[in-house]
Amino acid sequence: MHSGNTKLMRFNKIPKTAFLLSLAFLTLLLAGCYPDHNQSTFDPRGPVAAEQLEVFWWILIGGFIVFVLVYAALIYAVFKFKVKNESDVPVQTHGNHTLEIIWTAIPAVLLIILMVPTIQTLFYMYEAPKTTKPEHTLEAIGHQWWFEFRYPDPTNTDKEIVTANEVYIPVGYPVAINLESVDVIHSFWVPKLAGKTDMVPSEGNFMWFEADEPGEYYGQCAEYCGTSHANMKFKVVAVPEPDYKSWLQAQSNPALESSDPLVQEGAGVFKSAGCTGCHATKTVVNKGSKGRVGPNLAHVGSRRDLAAGMLRNADENGSVNDALLQKNLRVWLENPAEIKPGNLMSSGAQVYTDPDKKLTEEQISQLVHYLSSLK
Amino acid sequence: MSTFPISIPRPVHPTGIWNWITTIDHKRIGILYGVTAFIMFISGGIEATLMRLQLAGPELDIVSAAVYNQLFTMHGTTMIFLAIMPLSAAFFNFIIPLQIGARDVAFPRLNAFSYWTFLGGALMLKLSWIGGATDAGWFGYAPLTSVAQNPGTGIDFWIISLQILGIASLAASFNFIVTIINMRAPGMTMMRLPLFTWMSFITAILLVLAFPVITVALIELTFDRYFMFNFFNVANGGSVVLWQHLFWVFGHPEVYILILPAMGIVSEVLPTFSKKPLFGYKTVVLAGAIIAFMGWMVWSHHMFTVGLGAVANAVFTVTTMLIAVPTGIKVFNWIGTIWGGSIRFNTPMLYSLGFIAMFLLGGISGVMHAVSAHDAQQQDTYFVPAHIHYVLFGGAIMAILSGIFYWFPKYSGKMYSERSGKISFWLIMLGQNVTFFPMHFVGLDGMPRRIYTYVEGMGWEFWNGVATGGVFILILGFLLVIDNIGRHWKNGEPAPADPWDARTLEWSIPSPPPEYNFKEIPVVRSLDDWWVTKQGGAHKEVPASGGSGDEGHGIHLPQPSYWPMVTAVGLFIAAYGVVFNDLLIPWALAVIGLIIGFVGVYAWSLEPVNDPEEDSTH
Repeated sequence: MHSGNTKLMRFNKIPKTAFLLSLAFLTLLLAGCYPDHNQSTFDPRGPVAAEQLEVFWWILIGGFIVFVLVYAALIYAVFKFKVKNESDVPVQTHGNHTLEIIWTAIPAVLLIILMVPTIQTLFYMYEAPKTTKPEHTLEAIGHQWWFEFRYPDPTNTDKEIVTANEVYIPVGYPVAINLESVDVIHSFWVPKLAGKTDMVPSEGNFMWFEADEPGEYYGQCAEYCGTSHANMKFKVVAVPEPDYKSWLQAQSNPALESSDPLVQEGAGVFKSAGCTGCHATKTVVNKGSKGRVGPNLAHVGSRRDLAAGMLRNADENGSVNDALLQKNLRVWLENPAEIKPGNLMSSGAQVYTDPDKKLTEEQISQLVHYLSSLK
Repeated sequence: MSTFPISIPRPVHPTGIWNWITTIDHKRIGILYGVTAFIMFISGGIEATLMRLQLAGPELDIVSAAVYNQLFTMHGTTMIFLAIMPLSAAFFNFIIPLQIGARDVAFPRLNAFSYWTFLGGALMLKLSWIGGATDAGWFGYAPLTSVAQNPGTGIDFWIISLQILGIASLAASFNFIVTIINMRAPGMTMMRLPLFTWMSFITAILLVLAFPVITVALIELTFDRYFMFNFFNVANGGSVVLWQHLFWVFGHPEVYILILPAMGIVSEVLPTFSKKPLFGYKTVVLAGAIIAFMGWMVWSHHMFTVGLGAVANAVFTVTTMLIAVPTGIKVFNWIGTIWGGSIRFNTPMLYSLGFIAMFLLGGISGVMHAVSAHDAQQQDTYFVPAHIHYVLFGGAIMAILSGIFYWFPKYSGKMYSERSGKISFWLIMLGQNVTFFPMHFVGLDGMPRRIYTYVEGMGWEFWNGVATGGVFILILGFLLVIDNIGRHWKNGEPAPADPWDARTLEWSIPSPPPEYNFKEIPVVRSLDDWWVTKQGGAHKEVPASGGSGDEGHGIHLPQPSYWPMVTAVGLFIAAYGVVFNDLLIPWALAVIGLIIGFVGVYAWSLEPVNDPEEDSTH
């Protein structure tokens, strides 16, 4: 009866609905950006991640335009062409070539425009800047489920310095990383510095990034790699170049020996319990030599995390808290499978597989003291 | 027949369960496919629910790491191979012969064989939960599938059941290709085929070309595992990237195998409920064919982070972005279809409109993945499950639900409840967005996929909790669907032949169709022939619903057969024999299975076409 009125109402309602819907969608989209989160991709702290994010904004804008246009048309059509009279038969249009050509061409052009920044960034990602110094070329090796890192020894080109799960880089310098894996495929990812690159056994891979400012950046394995894939993390610590150099110097030397009797006994247990079969406590090795089965522990007491990012040893300011460290070491040694199901130590080390050789409380305490002394 | 050496006669008028076991009627096989696949869908849904519960908060302990990894592997494999593909196959079976005016598919017994083989493969995969299912991911990346990494039988079950499912899919695909090419009613030219049949045809071709690739990859993996070959063993010069290429050369066309039938369903529902022909029929057909063709050129976009290099990634960026063009054409043509129409919002129409809305979002996030520079951030994060669920749930499953309601009157002969159907639609729409949209957020927030737990303080708690909450809305929606379908299949109002005033031939025959489908093979004069006939006032007779079988006297139909099922059982036993090849006598079980299979094929090929006695007594 009020057909004119309802028609008017409908017309008013549609743009409003579309507007509200896109507003809601946009709010939702922005609700998803958490720059303050540890692994947020919306908080680039280096040029590679920044370039990648910029491409994302382009595609997000493009996608949003397409979303608004299509949803507006869809919602308009749904409201406007609602059946009025069951017996009505609308005009049987079979198509319109002009229209179809237009809506083929527009997306094609849009996509071709988007290809330009994408491909530019792609080539940018794949080649480290020419200014990259050879001493800033590291090696990252994936293991189930931890990361081994190797640095060129500044004093001897035939040697490498080995560490694990925590990688220091100099701020403001491009760092090139060669990626490798000893078992399955892992993926090396520090969201705030760069997108991920897979660590493919025997194929090798390469990536580079640069940190704009000092800080600790979260990294995590991104390719499913078996039972404890979820528990395979690492940290990138970016420090000014002089600090980087002195850190590397410290790494190349063994930890200072302690005269504490508990530590001495712990060192004994470390040998007698068979830990040395898989874990090294010296860091300088021949270039390209095969790594040990387990992470290098030479400076395990100086690392901010234990068990590949699973247990936090450091305070808020990033310095290691000995009480936390010892607690974590104890938790780990008591039952490594609890922290990292399926790990090789819990399934392979005799002290965990053979009930007769189980570590005693005392031995664990000694080991905790020994390991926490390895600064 | 004297030449028939095995004295088991062809089953005559079997009743009860035998009726279903020996049936070679495409409609019954379609229902078998549909019901089985829906049960598999529920099992995959239970797996997903367990995963969501585990991730509802940080460091939960609902399932162990090992079980979680099996859950996501089985969820993916189940939903793709045991739910969406066979649900599409259910529609192929039931609808295609009706849409092209045929009395059955080209090879009815092969059709039954496809179903029973599929059932065997499905059971085999699901039963592998006993004793530990595969946990290497549905993509099974080497070397996680090697004996060294995965000594249990889970991977073996996965390999062999996929091979069995491949046989089922290939047999079904050849059957449908031949059916569509050869069994069309007079006048049903290729460019008059209903869109669903067209998309099914393209899907079948894709399947025939794609499955051999995964078959080869799986055979290589079998040889690696059983006979210490080195295809994927890097220690002896194999390559783990080889597996990825083989898998995705299959895997990407597979995505289109999942979505093209869904697009076909939507292309039937939208015109019917808008009372308008599909906008740009030829363009939509062509777009489907182009998608299928281009689907072969994009596989490495699953491998952007593998390190193929800037040039390779650039090439696959371009091809992947361009495949959005024909996909976009389809979306625009669907909107063109409802534009200017007279839209009725029945349940199937709601689901189809929901399909467009959700699939578009999946399409947009798909293009985001194509932007390979940023894909380095997205790859293997929750952003990808968000995308794939908008495509396969918001896309494929919504379209399948649309089809389940759209053709419900046809396959059940009853009407469902519109009210319940509409409520289920809104619940499922809401549920999927609450479940899957937050995955975009946590993905870009750095949460990798396939992790069984996460620690507190990463900022992932809130949206993970929300996503888990959405699952319960989804469960409610699906319970309503099951209730609606189940109850009304039994006690619903009888359906008229053409309740939607639809356009294609399946609506010109009673609901449910008689065993012989068409009393007279129709002569087709145009696209949407049934609609044109109705509009033109030529007034073809609409047969009364539930036409009795007597009317079909004299129509020659092939009779039921035991042998397709027997052959499939043989394959099933042989498959178990391959996994447990050292049971008592090595390989004995496999040989027994194969013998049963050969007996089945032998008896099948010598079985008389029709029992002459049956013809004379009837």
